[in-house]
Parts: sequence; structure tokens; C-alpha cells
Amino acid sequence: MEILDFLQYEFIRRALITGSFIALACSILGVLLVLRRFSLIGDGLAHVTFGSVAIGLLLKQHPLYVSIPIVMLSSLGILKLTEKARLYGDAAIGIVSSLGIAGGILIASIAGGFNVDLFSYLFGNILAISKAEVFTSMALSIMVLLSIFLFYNEHFSTTFDEEFAKISGINTKKINSILVLLTGITVVLAMRVVGIMLTSALLILPAVTALQIARSFKNTMAISSIIAISSVIIGIYISFMINLPTGATIVMTNFIFFVTAFLYRNIF
Amino acid sequence: MSVNILSTEGLSFRYNSLEVLSDISFGINVGDYIGLVGPNGSGKTTLIRIILGLMKPKKGSISLFGVESWKFKEWYRVGYLPQRTLFNPYFPAMVKEIVSSGLFSRKRSRRGLDKPEETMIDEAMRLMDVLDIKNNLIGDLSGGQQQRVLVARAIVNEPDLLILDEPTTALDPETREKFFYTLQELNQNKKVTIILVTHDIGSIGKYASKLLYLDKRVIFYGSFEDFCSSEDMRSYFGEFAQHLICHRHD
Repeated sequence: MEILDFLQYEFIRRALITGSFIALACSILGVLLVLRRFSLIGDGLAHVTFGSVAIGLLLKQHPLYVSIPIVMLSSLGILKLTEKARLYGDAAIGIVSSLGIAGGILIASIAGGFNVDLFSYLFGNILAISKAEVFTSMALSIMVLLSIFLFYNEHFSTTFDEEFAKISGINTKKINSILVLLTGITVVLAMRVVGIMLTSALLILPAVTALQIARSFKNTMAISSIIAISSVIIGIYISFMINLPTGATIVMTNFIFFVTAFLYRNIF
Repeated sequence: MSVNILSTEGLSFRYNSLEVLSDISFGINVGDYIGLVGPNGSGKTTLIRIILGLMKPKKGSISLFGVESWKFKEWYRVGYLPQRTLFNPYFPAMVKEIVSSGLFSRKRSRRGLDKPEETMIDEAMRLMDVLDIKNNLIGDLSGGQQQRVLVARAIVNEPDLLILDEPTTALDPETREKFFYTLQELNQNKKVTIILVTHDIGSIGKYASKLLYLDKRVIFYGSFEDFCSSEDMRSYFGEFAQHLICHRHD
């Protein structure tokens, strides 16, 4: 099948557009999170998404709209636990993440199970995305990108040296809150692309791939974005052509980019 | 008449029940070059962090450029080199990007660098001898080069007050001499006021004009001449230690 034939399907076009926007937001945020050794926040928040999807299904509301506020609140919870409870980020993520999973299992059990629906969120189903979800995802991804762009200097300074950023008059608490809130939104969006189980891959893999070969901070963000979007396009194409699960194929494509960059760095 | 850069009055700080600073009062004027010395745990870094607004004193007051520290907003007038910047060695930032980030206290908008800002960045890199490596990644540099990049970031704003917390620990003797010479030039030619925290009590007298000896409280604050001729200091430190501090001071 020719590429143009592949593009004639509306569900493919929707998947490509939505996936690219979400991957772009993930790849930029991922660079900041990985460099701040906070990359597992994506995994933790994805687990919270499991609980919030269960709440959405129980209340017969769209899980996306139920999840966004719950996951945003949880992201702030992780930040506060790190600041106030004298915990390292990984322990704070562990607490919130296990709470999300336990909550999801309890709700699913009380509701007598909603296996099929919950399953599609666990493993993602970008090919079944609705028109409304396309617009919501695009709008939220643009908002995420705009926030990073507007506070670029603050993010750079806080990521490199938080103490120096504070002395420069940067409100680092505000910048940290913005970062985790945007991560919360992005994780919920990424759930539709690759599923709850693989969300953190979209945040981590493009960023670590870029870090193998980048020659500056801006360059890292640019390479991370290109890798992320390419992985979505290639992943959707391959999954469609040889009938593989789309989310997993996107993640494997990302991983192949990482291995290539790793080998390139260590050979040249 | 000298203009007051920094003054503290009755400053005290404690971590839980452990007293770290007690009743610290002193003033620093334009052009002063202060050697801040004291044994481990004497409160030097805590004092610096309070001056920079990173910690709040339990008692007392502090003012910067005549403004109470909690109201102070002109942070671009203060350059700071932390004791040890713990950054990710794989951080993908070029030397120039890091030095530019020193300007963020003055410039926050997304617009690119203008010509005067480019000049300030180049001048700071030239002074610290890192201009040739401006496009290198910070992680690819030696410890000494990284330290010079961070000093360039501290001075890029052309600050009136420069605070350096043990800046020479990662430098080899030759680079250390060059570094002290540059500080002296900044102090004498550009009238930058300097507070230099150091353990190197034997050589601080070569560079600084005043000594602030801290051991939870101010043990001595004044000129080296006064320190070296003080009977009180001789009885406090002993003749040998006083000689050690004084003998390299011209």
C-alpha cells in the first residue's frame, strides 16, 4: 500500500495529527523532567490515570475530562510531598502512584468491572480517537508548548541550577508547579496514544535519545521533538501495514531511535 | 564617603536547637574585598544564604544597597558562585547558554539577546578565559573550566556585589593565581565589592582588604593590619595562627 493510500482514511489522519501534537508536548516536557531526574513522574501519574479512568467509567463520564483535573491535582500532590514531607521525588511518586492503582482496582471491583473499556485505556487506542478528542488534545498540547516557550528562560535556569535561579529572582516554586501540572495534562493525553502502561515512554525515550547526540539545550529540545513526531508517524504506519498494536509500535520505534543514537554516540 | 552595600544587625539563626549564627552585625562598603573565614560549621555558608535571601534569619535584620532584604528586588546587582554547584554532568548546555542564564535576573522576556547583552556575555567569558570554548558542552569541560564558566555566569551582569563561596577548590595552583588576579582587577578597576568565603586562611591576606572571621559569631571584622596587630586576636588564635594569617599579607 502506498503512503497516500494510507492517508486516505480519516481515522489515520486523526491519529497522525493527534499523536504528533501529543508526542511533541511529551518530548519537550520530557527533556526538562529527565534532566531534573523526575522522569518517573510520568509513570506515577499514568498510574493515577488508571484510577481516574475507573472513576470516569463508573460515573459514565468521558475518562479524559475526569482524568485531567484528578491527575493535575495528583501532580501537585507529588510536588508538595517532595517539598514538605522530606521525601525524594521517587518516594513521593511511589505513594501517589500506588494510591492511583489501588483506587482504580477498588472502583473497578465495586462497579463489577468494566473490562473492555479499561483495557483500551491501559494499552491505548489512538486509531479509535474521536473528533472532539482530536481538538481537545491539539488545544491542550498547544497550551503546554506555549507555556514552555513563554517560560523558557525560567525553565532552563531552574533545570540547570535551581538555587541560582532563585537568586536570579525566578519564582522556582511557580515554575516547578507549572512543570508538574503540564506533565499531568500531557500524561492524560498520552494515555490515548500509547496507553497508561506506556505513557512514560513518550516522555522519556525522545528526551534520552536527544541527550545522546545534542550539542546544546535548544538543540536537545529540537531533536527530542523530531524523534517523537517521527516515531508516531512511523509507528502508526508500521502498525497499520502489518497489523500490530499502535501504541506498542510507537514505543518500539522510539526505542530503535534511542539505540541508533546510542550506537552513533559511542562509535563516532 | 563610602556607600553602604550590605549591613546586618543582630542576625541570628538556628537549625532546630543548634545555634548556627548569633548576633551577627557588620557593614560592607563599596569596593571592600572581604575574606570571610572560619572553621567548618562556623556558619559561613548559612550567612551567605541569608544574605542571598535563600534562608530567613530567626532574629535580626539585613539590608542590601540600603533596602531591607525582603523588599530587595535588584538581584542583578549581586553575583553569586555557590560552594558547589551540583549539576548533571550530562546537562546538554553550551558554555554560552549557561553564562547567558546569569542575565535572567535582569532580562526575563523571550526576546533574543541584544547587542549590549551579547557584549556583556562575551566580556564575562573573556575575563574568565572561556571565550574559546563558548560552544562546548559544560559536561565536556574539566572541573576548573566548569568553575570558570560558573564565575562568568556570576559576573555577566557586572554586579556591584560578588559573593564567591570557596571558588578555588576545583582549580589548579596556576589557574587559582590567575583567578585571584582577575578578582583583584574587578575589585580595583571596576569597584566590584567582593565577599570571598575560603578555607585558605594562609593566603587570603594576599588578596582581601578586610577579614571577617566567623565562628557562629563575629570573632573579628576589620582590616588585616588591625587583625595582625591585635593583642586580643593573638590571645584568641595564638601567635602561630595569627602569624599564619598575616605573614603573606603585604
